[in-house]
Amino acid sequence: MSTLPPRPLAAPHRAAPASGGAAPADAGWLGGLRRGAAQAAPPAALLAALVLLWEWGVRALDVPFYILPAPSRIAGLLVSDQATLLAQAAVTLEEVLLGFAIAFVVGIVLALLIFSSRTVERAIYPLVIASQTIPVFAIAPLLVVWFGYGLLSKIAMAALIVFFPIVVNTVDGLRAADPDAVNLLRILGATPLQILLKIRVPAALPFVFSGTRIAVATSVIGAVIGEWVGATRGLGFLMIHANAQLHIDLVFAAIVYLSAMALVLFGAVSAIEWLALPWRRAGDR
Amino acid sequence: MRAPPRFRGRRFLLRGALPMAAVLEIRGLVKRFRRDGGWLDVLEDVSLTVGRREFVALLGPSGCGKSTLCNIVAGLIPADAGALRLEGTPIDTVARGRVAYMQQKDLLLPWRTVIDNAILGMEIQGVARAPARARAREMLRRFGLEGFERAYPALLSGGMRQRVALVRTLLCDRHLLVLDEPFGALDAMTRRAMQGYLLRLREEFGRTVLFVTHDVEEAVLLADRIYVLSARPGRVRAEVAIDLPRPRQPTGDAVVSTKARLLDVLEAELAEARA
Repeated sequence: MSTLPPRPLAAPHRAAPASGGAAPADAGWLGGLRRGAAQAAPPAALLAALVLLWEWGVRALDVPFYILPAPSRIAGLLVSDQATLLAQAAVTLEEVLLGFAIAFVVGIVLALLIFSSRTVERAIYPLVIASQTIPVFAIAPLLVVWFGYGLLSKIAMAALIVFFPIVVNTVDGLRAADPDAVNLLRILGATPLQILLKIRVPAALPFVFSGTRIAVATSVIGAVIGEWVGATRGLGFLMIHANAQLHIDLVFAAIVYLSAMALVLFGAVSAIEWLALPWRRAGDR
Repeated sequence: MRAPPRFRGRRFLLRGALPMAAVLEIRGLVKRFRRDGGWLDVLEDVSLTVGRREFVALLGPSGCGKSTLCNIVAGLIPADAGALRLEGTPIDTVARGRVAYMQQKDLLLPWRTVIDNAILGMEIQGVARAPARARAREMLRRFGLEGFERAYPALLSGGMRQRVALVRTLLCDRHLLVLDEPFGALDAMTRRAMQGYLLRLREEFGRTVLFVTHDVEEAVLLADRIYVLSARPGRVRAEVAIDLPRPRQPTGDAVVSTKARLLDVLEAELAEARA
């Protein structure tokens, strides 16, 4: 055993900057941006290489544009048909955002119900999970029958796809709080509402965000499927229409827009998460 | 230095001066849990008192039900039998919030800064944020955490985190501090420093403390009185008043001999439990 005299006030343990500290230049959003750029460089380089290979392959093998258009031709179309593409993208984006918003609100409320009531959990949760075995494509035509060719059937489609990751991740998140920390609050006399707001919800947020990131990206898929099955507007409609006319370069241009849309939505959620959960950045430097 | 307390045999009872007005009074506490279809007796007829401004240690081998006792005192789980009174009022699981509680895990909330973790107890009591923070700032300074108020717990060392937990516990303003092996996970050096902080807390703030430990030395260095619990089912095997002046040195004669005697009791207890 230590023979140190009891010197209570002497030399309190100091934080070791060597283990957890970061160079000041790396802190803040500028540093985050720099690290982000460093992370983005390798996949960007690989993507550029693949595009070049594609361009070279199409030219060398003389592939006709209605089979596989060269990237340069798609790029040209992105410029020349910008107005059409943007107008259709706006339609799809509206479906995506509305579908996502509805599924998000309903999903969070349902997750709270599942979490707070054993009865609701037993009755609903298995059905929510089982519902995922139904192929989305199979119900897409039904949704058109029920909700028509307009906006509504696409919103429903996007919402259906988004719903599941939101509910499941939120339920997991609400259960993730350290039970000892919950007990500590109970001992301190916290009400159930205080426990929910001070522990359960903050502990659930990282889960909600990862569910949301997946959800926004896949909600684009939902809207497009909805448009394929029956629509008069939107990027999905544009693709079906162009495909029928062997206008394959336009199909690719629409795909570029859809990917960009999903990427931007994904990035937006990540940015909100970065701003909303500063404590998540504290440990991982 | 006064002579260490004398006691011999496995069962003995050494009463110090009559305890001051009891803050915590436990009589005939029984707790058992369902286990594999049968019953597991965890606490059997435990009686103890903690007087005002008294520092009482609960010493016992691991698995003797010390933490269960803490949970019952904290109102987290009900007792199966026995009377528990805190400031004269029975403890039950409905009206919680009467004790401040700290355990081996610091239980700091990772999304709260140091200062906001420190004010958690006050916040639950309904103290407004600004005055709560002002009080916490002062207390953090006293515990050597100045400049870390806005840091997140992930950046702190184990000792610092445990000090924040101690500040949070202290700021709760409850009648009784229940500390369940609070320094169990710390290295020896940090642990010594934390014990120093705790002693200071006792001297400066005159708080009533129920301190659970399985470390004999820790108990002898800190406590006014020690209850030795038996191996499961937990029973009070001995009550020892440690009437030594502070600060106590781990190598002081009286501390060493008291430690030796307590170890004898514990070993006899463990031998009996094995037999």
